Amino acid sequence: MIVGTLSKITGPVVVADGMTGTKMYDVVRVGEAGLMGEVIRLEGALATIQVYEDTSGLKIGEPVESTAGPLMLELGPGLLSSIYDGIQRPLPVIADDSGSDFIARGTVASALDRKRLWEFTPVAEVGQSVEGGDVLGTTPEGATVLHRVMVPPNVKGVIAKVAAAGSYTVDEVVAVLEDGTEIKMSQQWPVRYGRPYKRKLDPDTPFMTGMRILDTFFPVALGGNAIIPGGFGTGKTVTQQSLAKWADVDIIVYVGCGERGNEMTEVLAEFPELEDPRTGEKLMDRTVLVANTSNMPVAAREASIYTGVTLAEYYRDMGYNVAMMADSTSRWGEALREVSGRLEEMPGEEGYPAYLATRLASFYERSGRVEALGDEPRVGSVTMVGAVSPPGGDMSEPMTQNSLRVTGAFWALDTSLAHRRHFPAISWTKSYTLYLGQVQSWFEAEVADDWRQVRERAMFILQKETELQEIVQLVGPDALPETEKIILEVARMIREDFLQQFAFDAIDAYCPPQKAYWILRTILAFNDGATQALSRGVSLRQVLQLPLRDEIATLKTTAHDEALERMPQLVHEIGEQISGIEVL
Amino acid sequence: MTTEATLDRSLLSTEYRTLTYVTGPLVFVENVHDVAYNEMVAVIMPDGNERSGQVLEVAGSTAVIQVFEGTQGIDVDVTRVRFLEEVAKIDVAPELLGRILNGTGRPIDGGAPIIPEQRLDITGSPINPYRRAQPADFIETGISAIDGLNTLVRGQKLPIFSGSGLPANELAAQIIRQARVKSGEEFAIVFGAMGITHREAAYFMQQFETTGALERVVFFLNLADDPTVERLLTPKCALTVAEYLAFEKDLQVLVILSDMTNYCEALREVSTAREEVPGRRGYPGYMYTDLSTIYERAGRIKGQKGSVTQLPILTMPDDDITHPIPDLTGYITEGQIVLSRHLHRRGVFPPIDVLPCLSRLMNLGIGDQKTRDDHRAVANQLYAAYAQGRDLRRLVAIVGEEALSDTDRRYLHFADEFERRIIGQGDAGRSIEETLAIGWELMSALPINELKRVRDFIDKYHPTASAGKQAESGDL
Repeated sequence: MIVGTLSKITGPVVVADGMTGTKMYDVVRVGEAGLMGEVIRLEGALATIQVYEDTSGLKIGEPVESTAGPLMLELGPGLLSSIYDGIQRPLPVIADDSGSDFIARGTVASALDRKRLWEFTPVAEVGQSVEGGDVLGTTPEGATVLHRVMVPPNVKGVIAKVAAAGSYTVDEVVAVLEDGTEIKMSQQWPVRYGRPYKRKLDPDTPFMTGMRILDTFFPVALGGNAIIPGGFGTGKTVTQQSLAKWADVDIIVYVGCGERGNEMTEVLAEFPELEDPRTGEKLMDRTVLVANTSNMPVAAREASIYTGVTLAEYYRDMGYNVAMMADSTSRWGEALREVSGRLEEMPGEEGYPAYLATRLASFYERSGRVEALGDEPRVGSVTMVGAVSPPGGDMSEPMTQNSLRVTGAFWALDTSLAHRRHFPAISWTKSYTLYLGQVQSWFEAEVADDWRQVRERAMFILQKETELQEIVQLVGPDALPETEKIILEVARMIREDFLQQFAFDAIDAYCPPQKAYWILRTILAFNDGATQALSRGVSLRQVLQLPLRDEIATLKTTAHDEALERMPQLVHEIGEQISGIEVL
Repeated sequence: MTTEATLDRSLLSTEYRTLTYVTGPLVFVENVHDVAYNEMVAVIMPDGNERSGQVLEVAGSTAVIQVFEGTQGIDVDVTRVRFLEEVAKIDVAPELLGRILNGTGRPIDGGAPIIPEQRLDITGSPINPYRRAQPADFIETGISAIDGLNTLVRGQKLPIFSGSGLPANELAAQIIRQARVKSGEEFAIVFGAMGITHREAAYFMQQFETTGALERVVFFLNLADDPTVERLLTPKCALTVAEYLAFEKDLQVLVILSDMTNYCEALREVSTAREEVPGRRGYPGYMYTDLSTIYERAGRIKGQKGSVTQLPILTMPDDDITHPIPDLTGYITEGQIVLSRHLHRRGVFPPIDVLPCLSRLMNLGIGDQKTRDDHRAVANQLYAAYAQGRDLRRLVAIVGEEALSDTDRRYLHFADEFERRIIGQGDAGRSIEETLAIGWELMSALPINELKRVRDFIDKYHPTASAGKQAESGDL
């Protein structure tokens, strides 16, 4: 056991002497209080340590003890519906143990419930040769998820003993290999290393979010990654929470990284109440929350992102589609910057360390759709959605720019849209996705043959509107010919009746892709009819008076089935009604 | 905590005369033993006076100390430093209500010394997110732009972004005067003044006196000519007292912090003196974290009656909302109230520019039972219509009003009326019902088919629904 002594303390960064033999990123216990920390620099016998807790009151000369291992997560049944801090300490347990409403320092709490019994059903048999990723048995976790107890990666051998079906705790051995290796219900994994897999697969299935602008205009594939940058008040968190609630995936990992305490409370209050639209069970049953609010220690904030992705990878390895939301990655970048500053490293752009881009890239590359380890073929995915909080809403800053280089979709939030309460305030002119080609065939098969054309036409109208608005700003709307005025009108319908989506409305909060497609079809039908009517001399005012327009506006809040049934007919009626207008 | 204990400690603690280096607000002391990070120190000046300070860094046997009252008059020869063996703490007692304290929590009103009930660490600990209770109680501030459009709820932190010369203090005073919750409980007010002028401080004192609020106010006063670095402790002291009153004494506490810009300047001053790597505009890279340890000390806790609601005031340098101070604040707080110079010049009071304003917790505090069922819809509709009216103003400036359609002209007019009637309410308070009624009245001037966001409530609340429809069809 290596025990050194504290020799320097500056905020969350401390230096200990006499630490010869410790390794980079080993976890240490600092001071009498046993604060948890991580070695981030070695210099002779001196180890620089970032401490995950407040360092007030630490003194020079206090002991620093190395645990001789990196920061590990405990992975096993019971993770789902948990709420952890950045270093996997369960917050409810901390509250109960300390009896305090506040987080005291030096608290130690076990990540998994040691006493809880899990119903284990063995799958593997004695004599079977297994290696990392092979399933030994299963246990139901919550009402909807089947937890697969797997051989940890890097373990290989022939099974000598398998536990019989029955109830076990996470510490109990469920299999013994011939070489004596014991495999428990739970396993450990260092957070800073990606969990291994067989191979990465091309993403081809869309990650359905239930948000019309995202699913139709800027879809992301399962296993892809997207960033949501936006100034404060543009709705990053509401968007992230909507995604967590409605995204069509098996498991959700939600990381509140350096954000508001009350927002985490909102998640904590809402998720256990919300019904999972997929299973009818509680949403919390398939969610893991990692909450490290902004006033919690900065080094733990840095770790929280890795904690989140490691949890996501663990369920991916069981063959599930996992979505990880990180809100906000900028706070993680700032934690890096703060620690780097305390280390007196040479700063890069805007004070961020020069290795920011590398760290970001290696983080986002942990997303993906993969063939998991193990002989039984399993495909799982980790889709990442990272919020970015650019200072002053200026997207040229290093976090946004470096994230853009490594992510596949850019969902830009627009302050001016938010100001006029157009939500989700996702800009259709600035956002983009690189996954369109990969998911197009899915939409064509599942939604409609002409899905892509309908999307492109709607996008074209919106683009045209932006151009026309510039002219209108100069010369006024009256200067436009009626054929262009109708474009403005249709664009307005797309904005109000399609793009705007009310996250708090029972029906509108989630829109299936078919419905989104048909709403667009309906609006385009109006566009086609109107354009034709204008060409035969009908006035714009007559077209706009059409009562069916009001019905289009109510489609998004109409029950999905009812709307889906109605819309093909509506498209037809719109055509008929418009062609029925007589020229005055 | 007795005088004896204090004496004991001062007898035991060692005094050092090993100052080697003094720069800005910092003092370096050599050959120290057993010094704790963030420990408080007493600096004994050559003339025998004492100043207070705090350990910012310890490396080996060197301690870096920031002196709260400034380093003027400190020398490296005679000046002594005594370590107090505790981190910064404040004495708290219910009797603090009605008292005036300096920026570090010592009474300066000439009243009796405070007999402490507890002595609390001013840094506080983060509230366990799991133990937080969701804010849900509507606070009626009597100000339409806030109540109607950016509702404040108990346990929220909602800053006022002001500019130099804008009446943020008047607005804060009005909120203090009028703020009520439905249950009728009165707020205890903790006021943390950082670097405000004597005139501003006097204004608040006078406000508290005339409204009789004084006996429920704890006033922390660090004036503009008080030591800059002392300001770094003021909000922490204020919030420690606020948490004590809320979570130990079950009071509803409203914390006003004015002016956070001065706090951030002090933070920068210390950071620069420490020769730290600067972040944006010279502010330290950890300013976000530092600010969050202030702002996040608001909220409610499960099973507790009390609450801490924060209303920090800050001045946007050059009215720039992207400046690091308002920017980082906006990322931590649950919305913001933004004042506009443009409205102020036109004599609108309070000059709240509602477009960039936001209350993130609004939905938790409004709706049926809490305010009224149409509240959300009305707010959305007013916002959308006002935004459109404002856009049209730009257009009118170029093409003239004649070029507008009739509907557009109505929007234009709506925006003017909105500023005059909803925002520019003057000093008087308004109930939420009055605010909503005025909202409906203004909306009724718009064509009824434009009111998409309040569609479901038109029958119930629209003052002239049927007449409106006729007017509309007449138009076409």
